[in-house]
Amino acid sequence: MVEIDFNGLKLKNPVLAASGTFGYGIEYSDFVNLNDLGGFIVKGTTIDNREGNDYPRMTETASGMLNAVGLQNKGIDYFIENIYPKIKDYKTNILVNVSGSQIEDYVKVAEKVNELKAIPGIELNISCPNVKEGGMAFGTNCESAANVVKAVRKVYKKHLMVKLSPNVTDITTIAKVVEYEGANSVSLVNTFMGMAIDVKTRKPKLSTITGGLSGPAIKPIAVCLVWKVSNAVKIPVCGLGGIMSANDAIEFLLAGASAIQVGTANFINPKITTEIIEGIDNYCKINSIQKINEFRML
Amino acid sequence: MRQNIHFVTKYINNFKIAQNIKLNSEYFILELLCPEKLSEILPGQFVEVLVENSSNTFLRRPISIFDVNYENNSLKLLIKIIGDGTKKLSELSINSKLNLIYPLGNSYSLPNCKDVLLIGGGCGIAPLFYTAKFFKNYNVNFTLLLGFREKSQVILQKEFSELGKIFYTTDDGGFGERGNVLQHSILKNNNFEKIYSCGPEIMMKNIAIWAKNKNIDCEVSLENLMACGLGACLCCVQKTKSGNKCVCTEGPVFNVNDLLW
Repeated sequence: MVEIDFNGLKLKNPVLAASGTFGYGIEYSDFVNLNDLGGFIVKGTTIDNREGNDYPRMTETASGMLNAVGLQNKGIDYFIENIYPKIKDYKTNILVNVSGSQIEDYVKVAEKVNELKAIPGIELNISCPNVKEGGMAFGTNCESAANVVKAVRKVYKKHLMVKLSPNVTDITTIAKVVEYEGANSVSLVNTFMGMAIDVKTRKPKLSTITGGLSGPAIKPIAVCLVWKVSNAVKIPVCGLGGIMSANDAIEFLLAGASAIQVGTANFINPKITTEIIEGIDNYCKINSIQKINEFRML
Repeated sequence: MRQNIHFVTKYINNFKIAQNIKLNSEYFILELLCPEKLSEILPGQFVEVLVENSSNTFLRRPISIFDVNYENNSLKLLIKIIGDGTKKLSELSINSKLNLIYPLGNSYSLPNCKDVLLIGGGCGIAPLFYTAKFFKNYNVNFTLLLGFREKSQVILQKEFSELGKIFYTTDDGGFGERGNVLQHSILKNNNFEKIYSCGPEIMMKNIAIWAKNKNIDCEVSLENLMACGLGACLCCVQKTKSGNKCVCTEGPVFNVNDLLW
């Protein structure tokens, strides 16, 4: 597989590890040579320390899981001082997932990340379903999506990927707005809002009542949304949602994604990202595919 | 004892089932052979098991290490059948493969005092078996106290009795003393300096309160719902005095003084 020019971001292959499922990369370094990845996106980072939601914040569902972690992280300054020095020398694209409750918070975090030489891009998270304020609220409304992307674009000079929520009537309109405001790419989909109830106790299984559904249960819907968005915008699409194998990843590439992210599958097979890279490589050899834009549905 | 688990290498491997021993209708033991030299395993650590052919089981199952044998590179898991996943595991045939991520989590600390008490309840006896064996190698003077609901639930009596002094309680007094573990007479007549416990949360909470009142140091092993086991997903967090901590990497063993119990 030749290098991919993902709107300025040079990826050695189309496989990235998704935010919130791969820690800071280090957690997976016993299983994956991080330098082999197209990239990885560190967990959602906010301006201040966040403790996240109360336990229980996860429950298993049919072919998937619901989570309501709620952006637990120690804040951008902690990241810069304590995490960044440990990961900055990996030869892969490390993106920071920038999250927040207010536009000013997103802007402050983006400004700080802009100064980090080894971080070539951010993934703007306007689609977290698990925080009370902000998060998904920004990504489910055209005006607020436009405002946050516009504000961050002013201060952030490198690759700006915007992570879209599927919890909307028409995801293509949000994608177009985000493209218009200067995003370099979009990633989709974040989790679908879901809910599970314990019939014995008659209580919700998550402390927050609702959470975000991920895993292979959402894959066909994610593929469909990736197909719709990649037909609606000119900027490249990074596809994700339930990818468990190389064939799953190839489906997203055929649907129009130029790169993909592997999320929940990391929890089940910590080596899955490398296995998917090898699988895509084999597929390309067998099908004489040399460039990412040669992945096309017939 | 290890302090920072991030520096200890974790592995993923297909183990071979050497034995699948049914103990009663609920419990069974899997003996698993590692395809390579087994890395050092500390008492209280666990593995993440991949359950195959169970459509209702999506995530791995975290399971305590019950015993370790470095001579034949094997480890044993004591498992209680709870849902479809553990049912599938109970049906595994000899020589079939089981994929494990290991060794995970921190460990019980080695005591620096004379008299220690290991208290287990139900399936919580699992990590205490290897812990007791480990302590024995370090000449720690320990007593075991195991609690079960009723006599028919009592398992591995012979194996545990070979480790050292052991006492039992059952709810109805059908085996050992009647009542819960905290009602056992050895707690009145002894001066234990440290307690290690694993079992139902309510039992561990009561032990923690009892130990704090008596000024006895106490470590418990938690089993919060878990996804990755590697400290990445932040699903298994436990509230502590220093914020949320991952049970999978910063636990499963916690000193009760750090918990908000």
